[in-house]
Amino acid sequence: MLLLAKCMSLRTFHVINHSFPWTFPKRVIGHYFWLVPVLFLLGGCSAPSNVENAIEDKILHFGLGSEPQYLDPHLASSVSAHNVIIALIEGLVSEDPKTLKPLPGVAESWDISEDGLLYTFNLRKNAKWSNGDPVTAHDFVYSYRRILNPNLASQYASMLHGLKNARKYHEEGLKWEEAKVGAVAINNHTLQLTLENPTPYFLELLNHYSWFPAHPPTIKKFDAFEKQGTPWTRPGNYVGNGPFILSEHKVNSVIEVKKNPNYWDAETVSLEAIRFYPIESADTEERAFRSGFLHLTQTVSPDRIDFLKQNHPEVIHFEPYLGTYFYRFNLEEPPFDDVRIRLAFNLATDRQAIVEKVTKGGQVPARCFTPPGTGGFSPESRFRFDPQKAKALIQDYLDEKGLKSLPKIELKYNTSEGHKKVAEALQGMWKNHLGAEIQLLNMEWKVFLSTIEKRDFSLARAGWIGDYVDANTFLHMWRTGDGHNNTGWSNARYDELLELAAKESDSEKRFSYFEECEKLLSEHAPILPIYFYVHVTLRSPTVKGWHPTLLDHHPYKYVRLQNEDANTW
Amino acid sequence: MVKFIVVRILQAIPTLFVIATLTFFMTRLAPGGPFDSEKNIPAEIKEKLESHFGLEKPLYEQYFLYLSNLLQGDLGPSFKYMGWEVSELIAKAFPVSAQLGLFSLLIALVLGLPAGVLAALRKNSAYDYCLMTTAMLGICLPTFVMGPLLILLFSSWLGWLPPLGWYSFADMILPSLTLGLFYGAYIARLTRAGMLETLNQDYIRTARAKGASPLRVVLRHAIKGGLLPVVTFLGPAFAGLISGSFIIESIFFIPGLGRFFVTAAFNRDYTMVLGTVLFYACLIIILNLVVDLIQASLDPKSREP
Repeated sequence: MLLLAKCMSLRTFHVINHSFPWTFPKRVIGHYFWLVPVLFLLGGCSAPSNVENAIEDKILHFGLGSEPQYLDPHLASSVSAHNVIIALIEGLVSEDPKTLKPLPGVAESWDISEDGLLYTFNLRKNAKWSNGDPVTAHDFVYSYRRILNPNLASQYASMLHGLKNARKYHEEGLKWEEAKVGAVAINNHTLQLTLENPTPYFLELLNHYSWFPAHPPTIKKFDAFEKQGTPWTRPGNYVGNGPFILSEHKVNSVIEVKKNPNYWDAETVSLEAIRFYPIESADTEERAFRSGFLHLTQTVSPDRIDFLKQNHPEVIHFEPYLGTYFYRFNLEEPPFDDVRIRLAFNLATDRQAIVEKVTKGGQVPARCFTPPGTGGFSPESRFRFDPQKAKALIQDYLDEKGLKSLPKIELKYNTSEGHKKVAEALQGMWKNHLGAEIQLLNMEWKVFLSTIEKRDFSLARAGWIGDYVDANTFLHMWRTGDGHNNTGWSNARYDELLELAAKESDSEKRFSYFEECEKLLSEHAPILPIYFYVHVTLRSPTVKGWHPTLLDHHPYKYVRLQNEDANTW
Repeated sequence: MVKFIVVRILQAIPTLFVIATLTFFMTRLAPGGPFDSEKNIPAEIKEKLESHFGLEKPLYEQYFLYLSNLLQGDLGPSFKYMGWEVSELIAKAFPVSAQLGLFSLLIALVLGLPAGVLAALRKNSAYDYCLMTTAMLGICLPTFVMGPLLILLFSSWLGWLPPLGWYSFADMILPSLTLGLFYGAYIARLTRAGMLETLNQDYIRTARAKGASPLRVVLRHAIKGGLLPVVTFLGPAFAGLISGSFIIESIFFIPGLGRFFVTAAFNRDYTMVLGTVLFYACLIIILNLVVDLIQASLDPKSREP
């Protein structure tokens, strides 16, 4: 381009072309040429960056990753939706920004019965919806009734199955009154929730958006009680009770929320607004961060981690994230129908090498399935690296089957550079230690999902992020017939242990049941845990009150922007 | 002329019908659906979810329902962007892509035409080689390389221009330049070829013999014929430019139609895929018609019966 401009700016033309030996008027070229610098000069007058302005205007600029499918708390199912909804709606309890322990939210206090089954919430009288209506206990009952209504088809309705008889209403087609669901508004400001089982993590669970209230008159106005896709979630229509109000939504461009003056704790809220940008490309997000367009990014491209760690350690953050990266075996297909092969693959997996040489983002090798420390539970490390034992197991299998080598195995993963690198590393390890021939097959996301659901794989990548901080959110999926099991593994004792844990209120006993579950998982090995996730993100030093939390939850009312050396690179 | 236009519009109807039918069945044949996610949901909930959007009905029924809605101008609701209609999403995204496309086209023409004319006038000179090598580079460098390179230079190093967004005039420069340089390179080469052919024509020699000034010969006589290949190229190129580019829109975070189109396919947002495909089809049909009309006015030969 510069070369072209240079050529065009030449003022002297020598006659070389014999077929057309005339000079071309200079002014024509000159006229066009000047347009180029003029365009740049106009661009050069660009305003100060978002981050520079933010100290004064108190607007947080947030990289959201992807555009949320829903902003309706009863239909949402994604991290991006969570990030927006927690600005707009508040549940019965709120979260401590450092520990995520429950703090008073709409409920200013609560009582728990001795058997841990009955929760009585005292709702604060100054809790208001953004249109000024008071938030009442009836609004919560209405909301539970809505999300559990089978006709609404909420993907997260099962989160409320802990409520007494909720499952009956949700799955058995009973009417609300007949089912006698354990959610009763005693009066406008007292809500009583009865549980099926003592659930030690129940208060934390209330911070999942599926438990959030929706404004009944708005839902009625848009006929959204059991209908999807209504426009009640648009700016102007959306009535919430959170610290912010939805003020702008340009699909694929920006979602803006502004401070809600009707919020009961508006004094604590420092930010005037938050602007969420659904930037899907990690590279674009990084560029946006570098130029001061964003305060924080959703993710960092794995290829850039080393560079950023070395050159900008003040902005790159590695924070533990409640999730496990693992592979599923298909137990209904040889050779993984044989436990020896599954154990051998596990034993031949050098998890330390994967996190140190491949992922390099501070991930922790997964030697159990539940991330250690989840809700106070730290399982024993059982998935070890022992290639000799792995070889022996394979040999035993081959001898028994009269085979010379293992059949070729297909490893399926959804298309991504990160998954590919891990798969290639494992392919090498298993070739070295087991002599196994692994063929890698990457698939587009939706094709991959449908392949897993149909169980059309031998070995496939998976990941699981906890919905709440308790081992139950991880171990639950390996029950017989669970929608997320997808391995064909079934173990009666495992199912029984989870039932026992659900009914147990003593945490020591619960943990012993979970420990036994972990032991069964390691002995039967329907899965191959690889590493525990770490959330890698770029964050401007001007953002204060933002603490690393296991669920990557950050209550915005405590976030403030303070002058520091902004992220000007 | 009117008859020609009417016939072309009538021809477009079966074309659009075939496109709608093929797209409808191709999207449905792709594995996975709009409500598949990593968090599996029970089959009965999924069925209910699909029934909100008529996806539980037999395929042929869905197809006829879609066609009848289409005839009433209803493109349906988006499955990915809940609460938004496909038609309003297109109506919001298209002006963005069109703006980007028009601005890019302007840059492409401003750079490409003079470069091509100059190269033709100075055939085999240093200017010619220099310009055509640059143009070849422009064609060979894909926009996903050129875009980040321009950002690196004008945004990261010089700090003159914002690296992304679509909020002010300054935001428009880098993405338009990235696209404009690519198309400008094509236009330069096509202009050069067209001009070289025209400059050897008898009527140019006649014009020169009659004492017309060089500027007059080029602007009045040569350029009309010289631009014919460019006009042919511009038809589809223009449609491509204003209908959005996924790569440019992703690199520069522009909420244009290109991003909607590609992400719709990934999300199995059936109605959005169909809506955008039909919209593109209409756009291309109209623009091809316009190109034919312009060509007819530029080239007397094409007007002969």
